Amino acid sequence: MFSKGTKRKFSDGGEEISDESLLGARVASSYSLQRQSLLDMSLIKLQLCHMLVEPNLCRSVLIANTVRQIQEEMTHDGSWHMVTEAFCSAGQSPSERLVATEVLCRSREQDAEPKLFSVISYEGCREEEVVADETLCSVSVSDTVSNVCLAGRMGQCWEKSELSGVERDEEALEDSRLGSGEDEEIDTEDGASTESPKTIGQVFGTFEIKNGSPGPDSALEELFSDVDTSYYDLDTMLTGMQSAPKMGPYDLLDSLAPSHSSPSIVSTPNCRSDLNELDHIMEIIVGS
Amino acid sequence: NCAIMASLYLSGWVCVRLSPSASHTGCSASDIISTVEFNCSGELLATGDKGGRVVIFQREQESKNRLLSRGEYNVYSTFQSHEPEFDYLKSLEIEEKINKIRWLPQQNAAHFLLSANDKTIKLWKISERDKRAEGYNLKDEDGRLRDQFRITTLRVPVLMPMDLMVEASPRRIFANAHTYHINSISVNSDYETYLSADDLRINLWHLEITDRSFNIVDIKPANMEELTEVITAAECHPHQCNAFVYSSSKGTIRLCDMRAAALCDRHSKFFEEPEDPSSRSFFSEIISSISDVKFSHSGRYMMTRDYLSVKVWDLNMENRPVETYQVHEYLRSKLCSLYENDCIFDKFECCWNGSDSAIMTGSYNNFFRMFDRNTRRDITLEASRENSKPRAMLKPRKVCTGGKRKKDEISVDSLDFNKKILHTAWHPKENVIAVAATNNLYIFQDKIN
Repeated sequence: MFSKGTKRKFSDGGEEISDESLLGARVASSYSLQRQSLLDMSLIKLQLCHMLVEPNLCRSVLIANTVRQIQEEMTHDGSWHMVTEAFCSAGQSPSERLVATEVLCRSREQDAEPKLFSVISYEGCREEEVVADETLCSVSVSDTVSNVCLAGRMGQCWEKSELSGVERDEEALEDSRLGSGEDEEIDTEDGASTESPKTIGQVFGTFEIKNGSPGPDSALEELFSDVDTSYYDLDTMLTGMQSAPKMGPYDLLDSLAPSHSSPSIVSTPNCRSDLNELDHIMEIIVGS
Repeated sequence: NCAIMASLYLSGWVCVRLSPSASHTGCSASDIISTVEFNCSGELLATGDKGGRVVIFQREQESKNRLLSRGEYNVYSTFQSHEPEFDYLKSLEIEEKINKIRWLPQQNAAHFLLSANDKTIKLWKISERDKRAEGYNLKDEDGRLRDQFRITTLRVPVLMPMDLMVEASPRRIFANAHTYHINSISVNSDYETYLSADDLRINLWHLEITDRSFNIVDIKPANMEELTEVITAAECHPHQCNAFVYSSSKGTIRLCDMRAAALCDRHSKFFEEPEDPSSRSFFSEIISSISDVKFSHSGRYMMTRDYLSVKVWDLNMENRPVETYQVHEYLRSKLCSLYENDCIFDKFECCWNGSDSAIMTGSYNNFFRMFDRNTRRDITLEASRENSKPRAMLKPRKVCTGGKRKKDEISVDSLDFNKKILHTAWHPKENVIAVAATNNLYIFQDKIN
């Protein structure tokens, strides 16, 4: 990338240093641009599904793992945090707010199956709609409702629901979640993704008729053992910043995780271009 | 001469069969060959295609009159193995594409093979009929019943020769055992059982029993959202009927012993090469995903194919392969484009030669590669109509990775990524290879023969 190292001359010390750091910054931003485009590409791939023929599970798993890797890296170096913070300023309308969450469903009922996945969702649904039915993620009707914000396609995309009622629920979620969509990009996405939300949501049909029986408690421990708590911290931080009084999912989150202290408020820069770009991504994921 | 024999398959290959023989102006998608497999003697070669058809080629017998004809393969039998199905419950089509064909060892005059699409495995019997009975009492030659009062004497029907007819009939249908797509089938060395593997499960079947199968591996997580790894290939050990291996999308291989437990979720051996941290990228996992695993004929080694390389493992050493061969390392800098056009998900197969001294695998631009394990030499050949005139020897090809391109070299950017060789097979005893290039089947043999 550089033909040779830039020498620091004593007389031009200040300029040379800033050149170096500028080059470094350029490299870094080029890397994050590449990373961003890779993320976009991966999300589009996840969205596309074959209408008649089942999608290739191996390919889907590999792409989803790639998205997860990018997400994790972006979270660790703070760019994900910055991007999501952009939406949490008071001026944003609820429908455009964006939250990255990892929801831990420690349901106290014994028969409920815990769900663990990383979702990217539009917050802004009414409380009752955000609380997703367990059946949206599995086909077992008997499971109790867990408090999950469901828009993350990556998370719940493996299961293909077979209940028509479930599909209606999902569509309702989709409609309420996306608000007015005044952004042109969003409209384009609406037009582009002509498949019904249920199809996009069910990208990776697994065609299991019977849901696996909930495992014993030791299985629960295993499920929780590899929880990435950095996501959770992010979530509670963002939770604390919500100014709207009626925050259904976040109230639930708070009740689920009393151990986490309330986060500090972080100031949010106004990144309009990032906002549009992120809207674009979110539209892909949510599949409006 | 040892030296000549050792380098034989690296220098002198000629095309003995190109099928279909006439070049088609348009290639129908259903003609794309999806699997190629020699039988245990090498006399028969089966191909399966995307349209659910199986075509079997038979080797010409050696004859004194036509010395040069030995080695030619001609069509022996063609039949429709699988039809497209529609799963009404899930509103999905089940493709008729044949994913794998495996031959059973021959035990009588008939030949048996297993063919599998995404969901169903079928056992086919291929038998010859070259005689027919004549001189029936109750019916005449046209098959019409004779008037009873005309029958005055009894005669014994006589077998008369007729034109050879090859019949394929389905003897068993093993269905409804796989929720996910079948990627592998493998006949056990006990010749009584076989395994079938899909993305998340492996089942063990008895060849005689179609309404039951044993699930021996299940990696489906209780919560599908946690799914991060799938099974990509599985194979039975060639001699130990209790052992089998399966590979994963994370580049690992597990060897399991069926004596240890009914459910082989816990492996006996776990093969994984530690990752080189300096070459880590977002594509590392994808290119480490193993697309094929094959035991050596000896049973001591196994070979795995990932996106850029072929690795030979000693079953006694789990922490790294004993040999690694780069198939097309020049693609490493193009991974992003290959991810974009989905080529990075192509599943290449690999195969051993009969003596386990050489391995072969396919690449892009209709190239395929052979590696000599003893001399460490390798060769790149191309399966194309222009280069496959009868008796014409294949010329080695070379990909130019940078700098000045020499004559006859092809640059990386000129490679045709639509022309991929995913399926190759090597005759179990001789230097005869079958290479499937989209809808064309090439059979090459070494020129000494």
